[in-house]
Amino acid sequence: MADNTPPVEVTQEKEIRVVEFTNSRILDEGNITDIGRTLNVLIDERSNPKLLLDFRTVEHLSSAALGMLINANNRIRQKNGQLRLANIKPQIMEVFEITKLNRLFRILPGRAEALASFAQ
Amino acid sequence: MTVGGSSHEGGRRAGRNKNGTALPAKLIFTISSSHDAPIGVQEQILAHVQKAGFSGREFFGIKLALEEALANAIQHGNRLDPAKRVHIEARIAPKKVEFLIEDEGPGFDRGCVPDPTADENLEKCSGRGILLIESYMSRVWWDRGGRRLRMIKERT
Repeated sequence: MADNTPPVEVTQEKEIRVVEFTNSRILDEGNITDIGRTLNVLIDERSNPKLLLDFRTVEHLSSAALGMLINANNRIRQKNGQLRLANIKPQIMEVFEITKLNRLFRILPGRAEALASFAQ
Repeated sequence: MTVGGSSHEGGRRAGRNKNGTALPAKLIFTISSSHDAPIGVQEQILAHVQKAGFSGREFFGIKLALEEALANAIQHGNRLDPAKRVHIEARIAPKKVEFLIEDEGPGFDRGCVPDPTADENLEKCSGRGILLIESYMSRVWWDRGGRRLRMIKERT
């Protein structure tokens, strides 16, 4: 990666980890690997992990990024956790629809709805 | 501007439009098989695509298709072999863009690529690049044993 900005910013809402992307393009291999690694740490740090990925800043992604998200989803499910996606822009949403990954992921319109959708 | 940095031994071979932006434009590049090799090339091609008047969803789709096609050629075609190159030709006109992307790998059979949207494949991590290319471009086909991809987007 060209700079040292962490690829995601992580905050916490009760027991839910909220992840926001700092780069508008979740695209290049280095960026995707870094994001995947960070998500794995967040997933592995506790049992029944709850993760919310906020796509507010994301303008572009690639099929490799989708693969990384599927990996994270599989890993979370193995740990009986929950994953939510929110704030996906229409152009990015179309990519999820074309690939039918909108059936795999729980996608909510905004952060508030996504936070409220986690089961206790 | 150097095409994608000093790691690209091939660099641009020919075809630069003399005034840089006039259309129709024909751009020809040869790049190495590393993950970051296409970055500079993509930027130059997309600048022309934008000047050709493509915007919004169409531009988004062309950009995505180009990135996916180059990633496929580098990773699945040439398998990141530093001895192999990817050859790119972009023809850009006001209402039509056409890309030819050829790798030096073993080729592949489009018919043998599983459908990533099938229920049993939904949780697999790969196979979506081709689907996205075919969804966003107007016409897509492979020749030369699957080593060369030709894709066209016409403005609607």
